[in-house]
Amino acid sequence: MDAISNKTGEGGVIMVALEDLLNWAERSSLWPITFGLACCAIEMMGAYASHYDLDRLGVIPRNSPRQADVMIVSGTVTFKMADSIRRLYDQMPEPRYVISMGSCANCGGPYWQHGYHVVKGVDRIIPVDVYVPGCPPRPEALIGGILKLQEKIKAKLTHSQLQ
Amino acid sequence: MEFASIVKLLQEKLDSAVSIETDMDATPQAIIVPAAYIAQVCQILQEDSSMYFDYLACITALDNGPEAGTLEVIYNLYSIPYNFQLMIKVSVARNKPEEPLPSIPSVSHLWQAANWHEREAYDLLGIHFTGHPDLRRILLPTDWKGHPLRTDYVGPASYHGISTCE
Repeated sequence: MDAISNKTGEGGVIMVALEDLLNWAERSSLWPITFGLACCAIEMMGAYASHYDLDRLGVIPRNSPRQADVMIVSGTVTFKMADSIRRLYDQMPEPRYVISMGSCANCGGPYWQHGYHVVKGVDRIIPVDVYVPGCPPRPEALIGGILKLQEKIKAKLTHSQLQ
Repeated sequence: MEFASIVKLLQEKLDSAVSIETDMDATPQAIIVPAAYIAQVCQILQEDSSMYFDYLACITALDNGPEAGTLEVIYNLYSIPYNFQLMIKVSVARNKPEEPLPSIPSVSHLWQAANWHEREAYDLLGIHFTGHPDLRRILLPTDWKGHPLRTDYVGPASYHGISTCE
């Protein structure tokens, strides 16, 4: 905007398709629902805190699934927790996205063979958009996952393109 | 306070029919008590002014497997005034799948800490504590079948429609 007004001395106007504007808004304000499941949640909290500061990416945790756009599954998903996760996901309004953070949420991790109580990957209960590997992944890796999700949203086809 | 004097005192206070055995290799040294007498033994240990075991550090349980045919419950006691630690071991016969769970008297009326520890032993190893005020599963979901830390445990193929296979 500033560059345009400097050039012409007049107020700037940008012409875009409404869908592009909405897409930009969507990927620039990915609000995750606040919950953590295991040690990955500690890294997630680190990512939220001042040092890594997820606010600068527009990632602001929300307390209600009704206000959330993305679910960060940060940790081991047990069968006892699976029903609640499914329910929280169902309560989120569309468009909604899921980031699976860490080995446990990706595939069961160290509980792969003997974890009688662990869901072998959160993608068995809800669809996952981005998988972040690591045990646990560092905050940089989670931020990488969020950037990857932004790319994915940016690449989404508009309604006219789909037709 | 010494280990030998504890054994002697218990033996004096209990019926002559009950024999208190010992396991000197355990750390701390352990007494082995018949299952039916565990609550009585614990009450003496807690109330007697020469021992005063006021702190129950842990109750844990283990499965010796179908061949040995026993389950064990292990109590770790600590006497704060005398700075003395004691282990108690209790062995019960393992039940077959269709039989009722083996039972042991609860000590939750003596130490509140026993309440959740006994629920854990019930949940994971299937030991019934008689006289427990609220013997429910503590970790697993209420509709879970079986006791997963038993050596012959076989998990379900699916839970609430989610496949459990690798």
